[in-house]
Amino acid sequence: MIDSNEIIETINMIEKQKLDIRTITMGISLYDCCSDDGNTARRKIYDKICRCAKNLVKVGNDIEAEYGIPIINKRISVTPISSIAESSGEKNYVEYAKTLDSAAKAVGVNFIGGFTALVHKGYTKGDYTLIDSIPEALNVTDRVCSSVNVATTRAGINMDAVAKLGEIIKRTANVSAGKDELACTKLVVFANAPEDNPFMAGAFHGVGEPECVINVGVSGPGTVKAALETAAGANFDTVADIIKKTAFKITRIGQLVALEASKRLNVPFGIVDLSLAPTNAVGDSIAHILEEMGIESCGAPGTTAALALLNDAVKKGGIMASSHVGGLSGAFIPVSEDSGMIEAVERGSLSLEKLEAMTCVCSVGLDMIAIPGDTPAETISAMIADEASIGVINNKTTAVRIIPAIGKKVGDYVEFGGLLGRAPVMAVSNFSSSKFIKRGGRIPAPIHSLKN
Amino acid sequence: MKAVITAVGCDRIGIIAGISKVLAEKNVNIMDITQTIMQEYFTMTMLVDISKASVQFNELKESIEEEGRELKISILIQREEIFKSMHRI
Repeated sequence: MIDSNEIIETINMIEKQKLDIRTITMGISLYDCCSDDGNTARRKIYDKICRCAKNLVKVGNDIEAEYGIPIINKRISVTPISSIAESSGEKNYVEYAKTLDSAAKAVGVNFIGGFTALVHKGYTKGDYTLIDSIPEALNVTDRVCSSVNVATTRAGINMDAVAKLGEIIKRTANVSAGKDELACTKLVVFANAPEDNPFMAGAFHGVGEPECVINVGVSGPGTVKAALETAAGANFDTVADIIKKTAFKITRIGQLVALEASKRLNVPFGIVDLSLAPTNAVGDSIAHILEEMGIESCGAPGTTAALALLNDAVKKGGIMASSHVGGLSGAFIPVSEDSGMIEAVERGSLSLEKLEAMTCVCSVGLDMIAIPGDTPAETISAMIADEASIGVINNKTTAVRIIPAIGKKVGDYVEFGGLLGRAPVMAVSNFSSSKFIKRGGRIPAPIHSLKN
Repeated sequence: MKAVITAVGCDRIGIIAGISKVLAEKNVNIMDITQTIMQEYFTMTMLVDISKASVQFNELKESIEEEGRELKISILIQREEIFKSMHRI
């Protein structure tokens, strides 16, 4: 009846190897909260979030206690606020951000995502207003996360939006300078943004989603590393197999927790996002997995191949384990949240250019990277354009979450604290992209977007 | 509804007796036990039926953990689905 080895294995994965449920995220549609009066809309938004999510934290805690698996975060994602706020005709949506912040605090979640605009083809009035409100909104709130989707494979790249977002990122950094630019850690620029991503800062409740949904993000880089340690010197076939099996086990826990949370909250189950998301805790690093595969220091030649294998094996193993897989699902490479990445930057083996190559074969993109504070907005825009192109041409999600470290240069650090870690300021090319970005317009969708 | 109790620590007299007493008090039936002692290290896993337990899960968990503190061993109690879901296709 009992297989003690399996039981000990599960317990070790949790206790020693840092297996956890990284987040249970409740997606909530706010379409029924639109109003031509801003105060009415905000009251409806607050009430709906509090009503839908009132038991979210308690259920998360109960499941954690009963199954013995840590559930690190409980979060909420909402319909892109640019759509919800537009009817109110207001000139600034900071009050909406404050409403989201209060609602998040009332129900006890640590982040609420969805201060979002989807502008891959162009702006509506609401989109324009929201994007302009982002710097202040993120500075005056604690728990609100924001995202802007500037490109899709079907639509191409909105280079006007790309130009704008470079400026917005700089403004956001400046407005929160002295608070270690924390505001920039809550802003993501996407290409091909998923509608059901449970991770912050890019989570929003997409247009095609139902009234309310439960999405779960698992994680467990430590378990993958531990599994690989048992196979030192083994060939790549074996390595891929070990990662697949570990990913299966991790995802099964996510599926169990998602179904249980869905049942107890009486909310439909959406997806399990099988992402390997590192934290800066010891033993929870993606870079260390790549180094375990035989790369001396993350960023050295072979890193992209190792990451490609890891990302693919995680997906293959996880797909079998869940009835619905979605979100970002892959390996994350957020520099400041991965102690191994930070060490690699410090050693000089990991550069921005190598990170860009790595984004071609994994989830997210240029994530949680601090750059010199005097980096021009056009250069930031050009970095966004590069990442968007990778996403658009390869039909995958890519994103940029970079933090201009005001007053700091290469060699300095930005300290975010907690899960967000600390970021060494990385070098950015000194050559100008200004004339390129000033052109504006749209980069057309690639030929392979015509799939019909 | 079944749960798995795992106890790990230094071997001493009364571990299984101590845990069984708590379970009996709370109307929890023991369905299976495996246990090994390696040198002085004691590891036990127990499959129990909590469907007729006289207390809620949280209270059962606290009682078991309290017993663990008295016996100076680490005891976990978890619903069995977490193990079944991970190790069975």
